[in-house]
Amino acid sequence: MNKGMLTTKLVRGLLTIWLIVSFTFIALNLSGDPIEALVGDQASPAVIAHYREKFGLDRPLWEQYLSYLGNIVQGDFGLSLSDQKPAVDLIAAALPYTLRLGLTAFIFGLILGIVLGIVAALNRNSWIDRFVMSFAVLGFSLPNFFLGILLILLFALRWRVLPSAGADTAWHLVLPVITLGTHFAGIFARFTRSAMLEVLNKQYMVASRAKGAPRLRRILWHALPNAAIPIVTVVGLKLGDLVAGSIIVETVFAWPGIGRLLVGAVTSRDFAVVQAILIMVAVTMVLANFAVDFIYTLIDPRMRAVPQEGRRP
Amino acid sequence: MTLALPWRRWGRTAPTKTRQRYPAVVVLAMLFIVFLFCIFCFADVLAPYDYRAQSLRHRLAPPIFLGGTGTHFLGTDELGRDVLSRLIYAIRFSILVALGGTAIGALVGTMLGFLAAHFRGLVEEIIMMLADVQASLPFMLIALALIAAFGGSFLLFIFIMGFYGWEIFARLTRGVVISAQGQGYATAMTALGATPWTIYTRHILPNIMSVLIVQFTLNFPQVILLETSLSFLGLGIRPPLTSLGQMLGAGRAYLTTAWWIAVLPGTVIFLTTMSISILGDWIRDRLDPTLRGSSS
Repeated sequence: MNKGMLTTKLVRGLLTIWLIVSFTFIALNLSGDPIEALVGDQASPAVIAHYREKFGLDRPLWEQYLSYLGNIVQGDFGLSLSDQKPAVDLIAAALPYTLRLGLTAFIFGLILGIVLGIVAALNRNSWIDRFVMSFAVLGFSLPNFFLGILLILLFALRWRVLPSAGADTAWHLVLPVITLGTHFAGIFARFTRSAMLEVLNKQYMVASRAKGAPRLRRILWHALPNAAIPIVTVVGLKLGDLVAGSIIVETVFAWPGIGRLLVGAVTSRDFAVVQAILIMVAVTMVLANFAVDFIYTLIDPRMRAVPQEGRRP
Repeated sequence: MTLALPWRRWGRTAPTKTRQRYPAVVVLAMLFIVFLFCIFCFADVLAPYDYRAQSLRHRLAPPIFLGGTGTHFLGTDELGRDVLSRLIYAIRFSILVALGGTAIGALVGTMLGFLAAHFRGLVEEIIMMLADVQASLPFMLIALALIAAFGGSFLLFIFIMGFYGWEIFARLTRGVVISAQGQGYATAMTALGATPWTIYTRHILPNIMSVLIVQFTLNFPQVILLETSLSFLGLGIRPPLTSLGQMLGAGRAYLTTAWWIAVLPGTVIFLTTMSISILGDWIRDRLDPTLRGSSS
């Protein structure tokens, strides 16, 4: 990636974040009086005026907007309406749980998907291929909330072998990780299979075979890196799905992460927490896109010299 | 609807195939979609009871395959409401919301795409920037933020469903219109004195219709999933209305005693998304000659 591209991408990323922050400010101001929501409509005008002043709602709108921007840049997203703690603290407490669940599920799905995709590609059009691809379709067609409920029903309620709610032990991780990861395994299996089929017939594969390289080495060293580009693209595109999936799966399994925090905050209309999560995810997504672009240049030397326009499918 | 595009192609490619023309899963998937649309159209006739009618004496009755009686074929829920009737109406509501949402998104997105392609310059920049912003966040999060800000009214929910996917239609339309503008037929019409409006609606729109229809069928299952997810969380369709996600979410509390309340609507959602993705794959393979060799 050359310097001009990098700057353009950086500016676009910052612009995106600024727009999202501004939209949350607009939504916040259109959504009605937060003070009334806090103290109720029976409160005396003096109480309302006191809270207006306390939260700075008596100042002109542009001043509110600037101080809002300033606060967010400093990492201050305001107080949670329900328990008066800083929204950032609530997120910081939930973040480790979300990372533990999300990363484990993503890695589980990635590895399972890539292995299944390779197996399917090597046994193309056999019953193994068909079986694996049926699993893949099943995996990404099963909505995660339904898969989660089925797993709870079987493993937690019927056979009583795994816990269904909470995050106390490593065993609590098993069902949510399977629920969240199966979707990704299905997607990655399909992409890996078609990417592997593309490269398996290439001349360098014939050459490495003629050299006498062992089969496993040929697959992992010669085929997989060349098949990796479409896979990395999908990984980048599916990070958003991971976030959306976590919201559901954490709710189903009562996992004390960001997703459950968000659903609770939306239910009680605690907008400070919601906007903090929104902005945090936006920043994460922009950074993740950078990371994906960087990984491209790592795995594909051709990307370093050529401008990237039109390369990503 | 899903099958609007490829009819012409089948006639051409089928004779060269030695395989069966319609694989069994594809036929099953098609039948299931047709079945769903029949339920959608004839819900009033098919439902044996009012889906809201409660009967506390008959609550949590098991379905007939678990030893229940024939009066409630699929059992009853925690308020004694007939699960079969609720399921039928849930299918209707879910399809209705998804159709409406996808249609709004398609309409708004297509119009914005036309605007961007027509005016270019600043208008195009703004529309495309908004599209980029929406695409940069998981839509679930945008939907939750809107619900948090404006509360959970039914109208807002339809609006949110319509908000989904407009950016894909806008990008698609913009790209296709810009390339169509340069083509002979558009130039010829301009030379004949046609207004841009006539050219867009009478000549370019019919030409890009097939692309838009394909995108519509791709968005539709996504909107169904979005609706069921939000309703499942208790933030979408709310009682007394029902939807597949709402039934599933409400039935979660009775998994130990009456698992069918949750599992039946879940199965319908699963079969729907799977049928649509099987059909989608099959159509894509048919349309894309480069895939014909590599996919089984």
